[in-house]
Amino acid sequence: MREMTYAQAIREALAEEMRRDKNVFLMGEDIAIFEGAFGVTGNLWKEFGLERVRDTPISEAAIVGAGVGAAIMGKRPVVEIMFGDFLPVGMDQIVNQAAKARYMSGGKVSVPLTIRVTTGATGAAAGHHSQSFEGWLIGIPGLKIAVPASPEDAKGLLKTAIRGEDPVIFFEHKRLYGMRGAVPEGDFTIPFGKARLVRRGKDVTLIGISGMVPTCLEAAEELQREGVDAEVIDPRTLVPLDRDLILESAVKTGRVVVVQEAHSRGGAAAEIAALIAEHAMDWMNAPILRVGARNVPIPYSPVLEQEVLPGKEDIIAAVRKLF
Amino acid sequence: MKLEGYPKDFLIDLYRRMVLIREFDLRAVTARQQGLIPGFIHPSEGQEAVAVGVCAALNSDDVIVSNHRGHAHHIAKGGDVRTAMAELAGRETGDCHGRGGSLHVANFRIGNIGANGIVGGGIPIAVGAALAFQYGGEARVAVAFFGDGASNQGTFHEACNLASLWKLPVVFVCENNHYGEGTAQARHMAIERIANRAQAYGMPGVHVDGNDVLAVFEASKVAVERARSGLGPTLIEAETDRLCGAYEGDPQYYRSKESVEILRQKCPIARLRHALLESHISTEDEITVYHLDAKTKIDEAVDFAGKSPLPDPKQVNRWVYVDSHQGKVF
Repeated sequence: MREMTYAQAIREALAEEMRRDKNVFLMGEDIAIFEGAFGVTGNLWKEFGLERVRDTPISEAAIVGAGVGAAIMGKRPVVEIMFGDFLPVGMDQIVNQAAKARYMSGGKVSVPLTIRVTTGATGAAAGHHSQSFEGWLIGIPGLKIAVPASPEDAKGLLKTAIRGEDPVIFFEHKRLYGMRGAVPEGDFTIPFGKARLVRRGKDVTLIGISGMVPTCLEAAEELQREGVDAEVIDPRTLVPLDRDLILESAVKTGRVVVVQEAHSRGGAAAEIAALIAEHAMDWMNAPILRVGARNVPIPYSPVLEQEVLPGKEDIIAAVRKLF
Repeated sequence: MKLEGYPKDFLIDLYRRMVLIREFDLRAVTARQQGLIPGFIHPSEGQEAVAVGVCAALNSDDVIVSNHRGHAHHIAKGGDVRTAMAELAGRETGDCHGRGGSLHVANFRIGNIGANGIVGGGIPIAVGAALAFQYGGEARVAVAFFGDGASNQGTFHEACNLASLWKLPVVFVCENNHYGEGTAQARHMAIERIANRAQAYGMPGVHVDGNDVLAVFEASKVAVERARSGLGPTLIEAETDRLCGAYEGDPQYYRSKESVEILRQKCPIARLRHALLESHISTEDEITVYHLDAKTKIDEAVDFAGKSPLPDPKQVNRWVYVDSHQGKVF
């Protein structure tokens, strides 16, 4: 199968969906002439023109809000928020407008809006350009939350997001943009609510979110050398969440570590750990552990940043506690 | 108020609509006190001319985005008072099946794409609707209704900039009732003329007497025409007065009863009534009939709401998403 990067896979999904449906268009800061802060949109504007690949002012509330309004009127806007850290600037439009329009109108309105947003730390970007906010948003009914961790998933999930009728927050981990992987030829989609079994194992389940999936895999390889056979699961979407595969694996191994890059307090990992505690406690041979960033703003100086962010060693240390 | 040049039916229709809105809001207050309406409501008493004047300049397929004080906009755009009252009463027969309530009345069929519980929250959404029209090559216009308080929100400024930059077919209608909830305008902004804010975004800013329904209509007509012909947005500041509390139950400690009584002399309904009589367009008897008709319609609406079924709690998950993924989203 052909290989491409995570960023290329996203660009290909955008291009294919725009060719397929005239109602799909893009809006965001510096996504056209500048070709995207991370180069994801690239030269799309040359094929589709500046009406369909729209540079916007730096106005997150207006970008998301205009996306909501256009979606309500039947378009399928894909808006980009350059850094997840800027989501709070447009948060009212996400949480109070996009998420609730369908419900509060009694089903009269759909909001087929995709909000692409970069997430995570890439090194020395400090506290306004390094955060992971998916945990905030999983608690908002009406939103769907995608956290792809491979090129194939990024492409397939983005197409599902764009074709769906509900607002989706699509978290793209900045560290994964350069990741290469196999991506099938032609048109394909990946359904929401279906987790991916990344590595089969029998002794412990590692559930990785977004950028932590490759880190979990690295930890699993190292644990193998210690004789611990780790299973790795990537939920791919946090809302809807594939409870079946998560619980099945938890029951099988009896040991679970949930790993996220977001601050460990109050995040998606806590939600998944609670799910397992509620439904699979009797099968657990050890406490369900979370690994996440320390509850400190992401610091600038690399020596401090490394101290705060979770890594392979933290996962391995957590697994050792379970035996 | 000059009525020359307007068709008689048009003028009477404006009057009837304002009276219907007034009657709706006053009865909603009573219905809430009597327990039919469980949530809070924000009546528009005194501000009816803005909603009616603006919507009279719109086509049926133009859309409005309303705000928390939105019953007037909804009815002015053609909303059914029965389903609106049922929505306020939290009934299954309401415009939003009881999921929205007073702050979220929406009905696509008449072009009300949603009221809003967040001050300034709807303004970018109107801009997005206008973007959809421009993108689709449709000659439709979107209107954002909001208050003086909302014009201090970032969303207002971001939306104005974007709409003017892209020449979107949107009309920003600021109903300046001189209070951001209970805080007087002079205590919440440093300027008097909100229309002047348009200059900062390179679009026309028009100030009108918002208690003169025809002045509002004329200003709206120009703005709507400008928007429809691709020249971009306009900011209309319609200066008006709220004759009731910010919400039903507001003790209004921030102003005296006497000051409100003085404002009553500017009532837009009384003003048009006077003009209709002066110009011999309607007689006292005819005007009495208009009021009785409105009362009858609202009686029916309250009756309809009261007799309507409550939503089924088993259906509470409905409409959160288009599908539920076998329950995995909940």
